[in-house]
Amino acid sequence: MKKKKNPFIAFFSSVKLTLFVLFMLAFFSIIGTVIPQNKPAEFYIETYGNSMANIFQALDIPDMYSSWWFSALMILLSINMVVCIMERFPNAWRLITMDNLQTKLSRLEKMGQRRVFSSLSPPGETAVKLGDILKKKGWPTTEQRLDDSVLLFAQKGRWSRLGVYIFHLSILIVFVGAMVGSFWGYKAGVRIPETTSIDTVYRFGDNKAIKLDFKVLCKHFKLTYYENGAPREFRSELAIIKDGKEVAAKSIVVNDPLTYGGLTFYQSSYEPYGKMLVRISNNNTGNSKEFLIRPGEEIPWPQEGISFGIINKKSTAAPGHFDYKIWFKDKKSDPATFWMEEDSTKSFERPEAKYTITMKEFFATGLQVTKDPGVWLVYAGCISMILSLIVAFFMSHRRIWIHVRKAEKGSHILISGLSNKNRVGFADSFASLAEKIKKEF
Amino acid sequence: MNSSQLLGISTLGFLLASVLYIGALIFRARIAGVIASGVTLLTFIILTGGIGLRWYESYQLGFGHAPLSNMYESLVFFSWSIVIFYLILELKFKNRILGAFAVPFAFIGMAYASFAKGINQEIVPLIPALQSNWLIAHVITCFIGYAAFAVASGLGVMYLIKSSSQGNRTGLIASLPKLRIIDDIIHKTIIFGFLWLSAGIITGAIWANSAWGTYWSWDPKETWSLITWFVYAATLHARFTRGWTGKRIAWLAILGFISVIFTYFGVNFLLAGLHSYGSS
Repeated sequence: MKKKKNPFIAFFSSVKLTLFVLFMLAFFSIIGTVIPQNKPAEFYIETYGNSMANIFQALDIPDMYSSWWFSALMILLSINMVVCIMERFPNAWRLITMDNLQTKLSRLEKMGQRRVFSSLSPPGETAVKLGDILKKKGWPTTEQRLDDSVLLFAQKGRWSRLGVYIFHLSILIVFVGAMVGSFWGYKAGVRIPETTSIDTVYRFGDNKAIKLDFKVLCKHFKLTYYENGAPREFRSELAIIKDGKEVAAKSIVVNDPLTYGGLTFYQSSYEPYGKMLVRISNNNTGNSKEFLIRPGEEIPWPQEGISFGIINKKSTAAPGHFDYKIWFKDKKSDPATFWMEEDSTKSFERPEAKYTITMKEFFATGLQVTKDPGVWLVYAGCISMILSLIVAFFMSHRRIWIHVRKAEKGSHILISGLSNKNRVGFADSFASLAEKIKKEF
Repeated sequence: MNSSQLLGISTLGFLLASVLYIGALIFRARIAGVIASGVTLLTFIILTGGIGLRWYESYQLGFGHAPLSNMYESLVFFSWSIVIFYLILELKFKNRILGAFAVPFAFIGMAYASFAKGINQEIVPLIPALQSNWLIAHVITCFIGYAAFAVASGLGVMYLIKSSSQGNRTGLIASLPKLRIIDDIIHKTIIFGFLWLSAGIITGAIWANSAWGTYWSWDPKETWSLITWFVYAATLHARFTRGWTGKRIAWLAILGFISVIFTYFGVNFLLAGLHSYGSS
């Protein structure tokens, strides 16, 4: 008697639903690749007209991948997977753990792979010999002695039946990881001018200020170019300051972020100010001060009684890298001029004192800040997806039974085999095993 | 000898091999098929040398990187992947007729890379976003997948030609492999491609996370790769659980490859997004 299925279960466990949802997801995903996403409302009105823009807004098209209807499709796919796993897994588990020595002998005569041999020895002796042959071929056997016959059984790869379930579970784990990230994580941005620090970042989307429990200092930013003028590297020297102490530091570039306290700081942009950052020290007094200056300006430092400026610049062999001409004056002697390389330090002697000057172009580094506590679930799910896919596609559960029964002269041997996948490959290895047995008897 | 000469010779080599494979099919000339295999193998070796030399040349220029960084280099690698995939298939299934439906893709890839407008053949240094070891893993996994899908769609065409003239026992059609065999190879090829496409999407996501702090941003390239994945996932489900075979799978193999082509070219040329550096 067949149990009638609950219609709810029947609907969600059908692969027709899977096919439908997969094709719907494929089809509707196209919309968001053609219509630009997450633009301001005015963009849609200008590009598509007022009435179209209204329809788009009503259907969440401008942010369709997080719309209710796209989420509904994803949820439908997830429920479909869960119900399918629950429906099918018990049977797979039964096949993995079952005692194959209880298989009905009548079934052995109907299996896809079958060979019949005969032996002159009695069943007991024959079975021992067959067991040895199979073991040598990598098929260790278990056996069951029946009244006047022996049943041998060997199997390989039974756990491979789990592959397909683990694969679908892994997809669900990735979904869970993505949800953890969207509920408990955020993405934000922040701009840090060189030599300054911040303790607040601004969330993408709503610009909400998020206060950190530490400070991020940008010590230095450097931009280098290739000879063809393309940017080569954006590099920020960052440090994490907690309770006034530097607790972490890293020189970050695109593709190599800094992680601290569950947050990751990515190099994402930079901003030039058209100003130079100059630090001057009087080596005699030990006084030192930082200045932000524009080329052409004369900057006084009254405490030390000096003033200085940048009066010229010229290209160097390194693309995008300049030498600057400095003008420097103190109380007593005539003004001095000299060239110095950008982002370098130079010391020079004046009648009154010795000075050290450091100069570079002033930038702010632009960082993306990500907090994503779900990313490890996503990665674990991804790795497990690939491994389980390999198992599901390329490994199979192969089973071999040998039934040895008493014949008029010696014994009658029936070998039967089953494989849940790759039947052609199994037929070959079954044939080679049969060949070996044939040779021995 | 420089890499562009070797790549030029390879383009001609694949043209010759395509002509020979198609000739072998039409005229049922076994010898042409054998020569075609030889030419393909030789050209493959030359192409491998060309790619290696281009890699070396980039180091000579002072900014060495794997030759997988723009449209030109990816097309060359696409052709390379199609050919190595096809050669293994030919060896495994001992059938040269498949070549007429696979090697022309490699020729088209090379020819398009060499002659299409707007494709820059120069070796250029990597912009900061591309300076990552994930570049190699991501491009290789994706293109092995794409290559398998290209061959699967070629086989799909072969299947449809053969099945639309069943009963024709003579000539061209009769020399094609049995429908059951083509169907089996299409299926196995799609499985292989699906595994690599999955790996390609995942390596791309991990890379995006290490460069931008977001493993998935529904950028058009990402979304199209997922659309392609959905199409093949649906194909595999249809086959595994609903027993679809034959014409329907052949059509899906072709539909899937159209999606691959759009992911590869359409997104770069028609839509804007994070992958824009792939378009020149």
